Amino acid sequence: MDFVSFLIQVLNSLQYGLLLFLVASGLTLVFGIMGIINLAHGSFYMVGAYLAFALTSLTGNLMLAIALGLPLAFVFGAILEWALFSHLYKRDHLEQVLLTYGLILIFEELRSLAVGDEVHGVTIPELFSASIPLSDNLSYPVYRLVISVVCLALAGGLYWLIQKTRLGMMIRAGSHDRDMVKALGIDINLLYRTVFALGVALAALAGMLAAPISSVYPGMGSSVLIISFVIVVIGGVGSVWGALVAALVIGFADTFGKVLLPDLAGLMVYLVMAVVLLWRPEGIFKKA
Amino acid sequence: MQKTQEKRRTMKQVMLGALVGVLGGALVPLGAAQAAEKIKVGLMLPYTGTYAALGTAITNGFKQYVQEQGGKLAGYEVEYSVVDDESDPSKATENASKLVKRDNVDVLVGTVHSGVALAMAKVARDTKTLLIIPNAGADELTGPLCAPNVFRSSFSAWQPAYAMGKIVAERGHKNVVTVSWKYSFGEQSVAGFKEAFEKAGGKVAKELYLPFPNVEFQPFLTEIASLKPDAVFVFFAGGGAVKFVKDYDAAGLKKSIPLYGSGFLTDGTIDAMGGSGEGLLTTLHYADNLTNPKDQAFRKAYAMSYKIQPDVYAVQGYDAAQMLKTGLDSLKGAKFDKDAVIKAMAAAKIDSPRGAFTISKAHNPVQDIYLRKVEGRDNKLIGVAEKGLADPARGCRM
Repeated sequence: MDFVSFLIQVLNSLQYGLLLFLVASGLTLVFGIMGIINLAHGSFYMVGAYLAFALTSLTGNLMLAIALGLPLAFVFGAILEWALFSHLYKRDHLEQVLLTYGLILIFEELRSLAVGDEVHGVTIPELFSASIPLSDNLSYPVYRLVISVVCLALAGGLYWLIQKTRLGMMIRAGSHDRDMVKALGIDINLLYRTVFALGVALAALAGMLAAPISSVYPGMGSSVLIISFVIVVIGGVGSVWGALVAALVIGFADTFGKVLLPDLAGLMVYLVMAVVLLWRPEGIFKKA
Repeated sequence: MQKTQEKRRTMKQVMLGALVGVLGGALVPLGAAQAAEKIKVGLMLPYTGTYAALGTAITNGFKQYVQEQGGKLAGYEVEYSVVDDESDPSKATENASKLVKRDNVDVLVGTVHSGVALAMAKVARDTKTLLIIPNAGADELTGPLCAPNVFRSSFSAWQPAYAMGKIVAERGHKNVVTVSWKYSFGEQSVAGFKEAFEKAGGKVAKELYLPFPNVEFQPFLTEIASLKPDAVFVFFAGGGAVKFVKDYDAAGLKKSIPLYGSGFLTDGTIDAMGGSGEGLLTTLHYADNLTNPKDQAFRKAYAMSYKIQPDVYAVQGYDAAQMLKTGLDSLKGAKFDKDAVIKAMAAAKIDSPRGAFTISKAHNPVQDIYLRKVEGRDNKLIGVAEKGLADPARGCRM
């Protein structure tokens, strides 16, 4: 590998890592901070991608589709929390697994009934459709760089929300002791509804942003579910920066694994996970 | 307890059947029309999951032919038992056994996913049930694992890829990189391509594989750009195909390094590629604008029945029914006799919408492979890449 290729592969790793963070960000909130085991995270991602497809064909513009889709996803999340998840906080984790696994099946079937099983594409907005030449025959799509910037902004925003705001303080307190927070006069139900809805909206945003480059197809949710859990777990459950670092580590492992050790490429991500967890069983950024 | 009861019941049925048979034979003069015999068809196909659309198309195609024949095949009433195989190999043996043992089907039809089809073929061999495979392309099915009672109405992974190997060499490319998922169908496609391409004097510089169903292609695109081959050959299908073609275009590689693929790259995926697929050359045993009257009639009837245009999967389902009908014809209305049906099917010439094909010794279609070009929303036919191409059926002893 010559030096230019190496640099481009580093760029690929960074970009893929940031994309992975975007995909896992909703789960960081719902699983990492609220402590709900949410297997339906991938389904919310898929809902986002299909929303992007449907709304883009309707409005003709992905940006407009995202502007419309985000509030829809938020409301959808709030309704789900009110109808289903709010009854589960005091129950066993196993029941959350059952519920969210059931949701995967339901969403998949509804998707099949509503939009069918074909593969769809979403066009990149005109504004970002250009490419930047990197070498004599390879260029880099601007849209991918835009996604990376959005991911960084999102990571910063999430960190600020959780660590620096009053709302974040309440969320963190609530995840430790619901009853105590309630006793202090905070409407914990509303708080959880908001945070859960935010998590769903983030997952959907990831789906919408990724739709133009990943295309929209049945089963796309399950492809991101495992990797999202891997990222949240090795980052250290509950840490936004941890998830970001973990996503970048995975991005590098996957990219260079494919190039340097093609026979082990499928294993690479899990090897890294095993090594990290042996080294730090609580994840990279777990606070005491 | 239940089992003995069941056994007793079956014994009773057999005795009763024998009695009726003897009496019937005595009373009804030879050759006179009996009440129509039935044929039980077990459809084991994916109706949910990634391949749901393919399973539905195959079923539609099969039923389309039965409907054209007046709701019967060679005079036999068709009774369906349907199982959704979910493209899950771990449930395949159980599902296939259920159809054979519980529903007593005369013929199994399925499926799309090669892993599931391999398990079905094993059940079919063990129980000596007739099996028609309407899609799954794993070379083994009509290779080392071939069997007298196993037929395929579709293709082997080797066939379209081999045809493309010759085309790419003919177009003057000497040095090619291949990209595919690392699973048997992908590897067999690459092997077929490589065999023909290197025979014609070309060289495969590097085979790139990524784990299924990973679709992060960027590292490979970077590698292709630095290797600078004359051309790239890929095997991908569905969402992965769309993403690869779009990424390849967005990386600017489409302009400098031509991309070729096995036909699945552009089947059912052109719309989603949104223009990135324009001009791609692929090889397959079907194309969108064949001129034979059979295809035109088929497309018209199919569109009438199901309100969508048929695809290669619908054709494969349709031909599975045609193959079965040819086999049943030889019985002339008598009771189902598997050996006679197999003999007739093996000798059949099928008038398929894809163009007529015969059946190889290993029971795979000997068929024309077309060269197609993506134009607008169609895989336009631009020529025949290989005429009457037979799979080499390596390892088949039959």
